[in-house]
Amino acid sequence: MPENPIITFENVKKQYEEDVVLKNINLKLERGKFYTLLGPSGCGKTTILNLIAGFTEVTEGTVTINGEKVNDVPPNKRTVNTVFQDYALFPHMNVFENIAFGLRIKKMDTKTIEEKVASVLKMMRLSGYENRAISEMSGGQRQRVAIARALVNEPDVLLLDEPLSALDLKLRTDMQYELRELQQRLGITFVFVTHDQEEALAMSDEIFVMKDGKIVQSGTPVDIYDEPINRYVADFIGESNIVEATMIQDYEISFVGRTFECVDAGIAANERVEVVIRPEDLVLTTPEKGKLTVKVDTQLFRGVHYEIIGYDSEGNEWMVHSTKKATVGEMVGLFFNPEDIHVMRIGETEKEFDARLESYEEE
Amino acid sequence: MKQTKTFYFVPYSIWLLLFVVAPLMLILYQSFFDIQGNFTFANYATYFQSGTYLTMTFNSIFYAFLITLFTLLISYPTAYLLVRTKHKQLWLLLIILPTWINLLLKAYAFIGIFSMNGTVNDFLSFTGIGRQQILFTDMSFLLVASYIEIPFMILPIYNALEEMNPSYLKASNDLGANSWETFRRVIFPLSLNGVKSGVQAVFIPSLSLFMLTRLIGGNRVITLGTAIEQHFLVTENWGMGSTIGVILIIAMFLMMLVTGEKKKKGAVHKK
Repeated sequence: MPENPIITFENVKKQYEEDVVLKNINLKLERGKFYTLLGPSGCGKTTILNLIAGFTEVTEGTVTINGEKVNDVPPNKRTVNTVFQDYALFPHMNVFENIAFGLRIKKMDTKTIEEKVASVLKMMRLSGYENRAISEMSGGQRQRVAIARALVNEPDVLLLDEPLSALDLKLRTDMQYELRELQQRLGITFVFVTHDQEEALAMSDEIFVMKDGKIVQSGTPVDIYDEPINRYVADFIGESNIVEATMIQDYEISFVGRTFECVDAGIAANERVEVVIRPEDLVLTTPEKGKLTVKVDTQLFRGVHYEIIGYDSEGNEWMVHSTKKATVGEMVGLFFNPEDIHVMRIGETEKEFDARLESYEEE
Repeated sequence: MKQTKTFYFVPYSIWLLLFVVAPLMLILYQSFFDIQGNFTFANYATYFQSGTYLTMTFNSIFYAFLITLFTLLISYPTAYLLVRTKHKQLWLLLIILPTWINLLLKAYAFIGIFSMNGTVNDFLSFTGIGRQQILFTDMSFLLVASYIEIPFMILPIYNALEEMNPSYLKASNDLGANSWETFRRVIFPLSLNGVKSGVQAVFIPSLSLFMLTRLIGGNRVITLGTAIEQHFLVTENWGMGSTIGVILIIAMFLMMLVTGEKKKKGAVHKK
C-alpha cells in the first residue's frame, strides 16, 4: 500500500434518491501514476471522477486529496483539473483566453500569464494558435487546448473524462501515446475514465475495472489481462474463450472431457471453475498435435490476423487469432501452453484472489 | 428541383412585396410632398430645424432607453431563475400569456388600477398615505410600457441561457472560478446574444409607442409615435408624418446594426 497517497476513497457510497451509483468504494491513488477507471456506461466510473473533481458529494464515506478530507470542498478550491468529454471550451474566448482562464481567476499578472500559456501551448504543440477561435480548431486541436487549459493550472491530479471518444481511430491512437508521454514527463497523477479497454491497456499504470458501482478488479494492465478475476473482466478486457471446467488437483484441470496441466493452485479438488484462454494464445495445428480439436465454422480476415471461430465436440465456441489461414469446415487442432490457461473461481473477490495467488506463489 | 424551391418562395415574396416593401416605398414617397401635394424637401428641413421635433426625437429615444433598461433589469434575473426552476414550461407560459391579450385592453386595465378611484389608490388611502396622482405620470407610463415589453425580453434571454452547455459552468468552476466569476466571465458573455435580441425586440417598438403615451402617460410625453399619429389623423399632413416615419425606420436600422449578431469570432488577444 502506498505511503503517501494523493487521493483516497474510504467506504464511499453515492446514491441519487433510490439509485445506488457507487457501493462502498475504497481507493488509494499514488502520486505520479496513470490510473484508468474502466467499465461500461453506467458503472459509476464518471461518478468517481465527479467526486474527485467535487461536482457531486458523497452520500457516505470520505474522500481525501493530499491527506485532507475534501467532502465539503467545492470544485474551485480543489487542486485538481478536468478535461471534459466534450472539452467544454468557452466558445466566446479564443485559444489564449481559454487557457488563461484559470490563471486570470488567480489574478496572476499579465506577464506571468503570457509566459505560462506560451509554455503550455508549446508543450501541446499549439504555438501560433493563440488568437484562433475555438470554432476554427479541429477536434484533435480542441482536445489539446482542453488539456492545456487544465495543465496550465499545475494541478496535483488531472482528471480525464473519456476525452478521446470523439476522435477518429488514428488520432485516438496518437493521443494515447501523447497522453502517456505527457503524464510521464510531468509526473502528475492522471485519472482517466474510459469504456475502451484498448485505451486502458495501452496507457495505464493501474486499471480499475468497474461494474455496477463496484470495483471488480484492480491491477496493472498485464495482471488484469492475464489473470482476469471473473468472466466479466475476462470478457470486458479483450476477446476471450471462456469454458466451464473442473479442478482435479493443484496444477491440474479438466475441461472439454480432457485433463490439462495448468499453473493455478489453492483451489479445492472437484470445484467447478471457469477457464479463460485468449484467442492469440491458441495456435493452429494438425488435429493429431492439438490439445483440442475444433471444426472451423467461420473465418474473418482482420488485417493483422485471421479471426477463426470453431466448435469443439461439446459445442463450445473457440475463437482463434492466427496469422495462418484455416479452411472452413475442416477439423483443426488447437495447441496452448499450461500458462495460457487462466482459472477463475466463481464468485471469488479480488481480495481472496490475491490471497490465493500469494499463498502458492511464495512456496 | 431548383424550380420547386423557388416556387415555395413565391407566397412569401408576394407578402413581402405587398406588405413590407410597398408600404416602405410609399412612406418614402409621401415624405417628399407637402400638404398641398407639391414635391418638396421642406419636410426634412422642418424636421431638422424645429426644436419641437428634435426634442420629441430625444424624448422618444430617452424613454425607449429607460423602458429597455427597466425590462432588462427585471428580465435577466427572471430568465436566469426560470432556467433553474422545476416547472419551467408552466412559468414560461404564465409569462407569455399576457402577450395574448390586446394591448388596448391591458392599457384600460391599468387605468382602472392606477386612477384616482383605482385599486392602488384605494389601498393607499386605506393605509393612511392618502390618494396620489399615479395615472398620467412619467412613472406610470414607464411602468406600464415595461410591463408590456417584459415577455419579449425574457424569452430571448431565457433561450440563450437554456441552450448553454452546462459543462461550461462545470469547467469554469473546475478552473477555480466561484459562482460570481462564472457568471461574469462565462454565463453573461454567452447570453449576450439573447440580451441583444431582447433589446432589439423592446427598444424598437418602444421608440414608436403612441397609445400608451396618451392613455397612461396622459400625453405629457409626446414621442415620435404620437407625432406620426397626429399628423396622419388630425392635421392630415401626411408628408410630415411620413418624414418622421422615415426617420424612425432609419433609427431602427441603426439600432439593429449596433446590436446585430456579428460573425462569431474569439476576441483577439491584446498584447
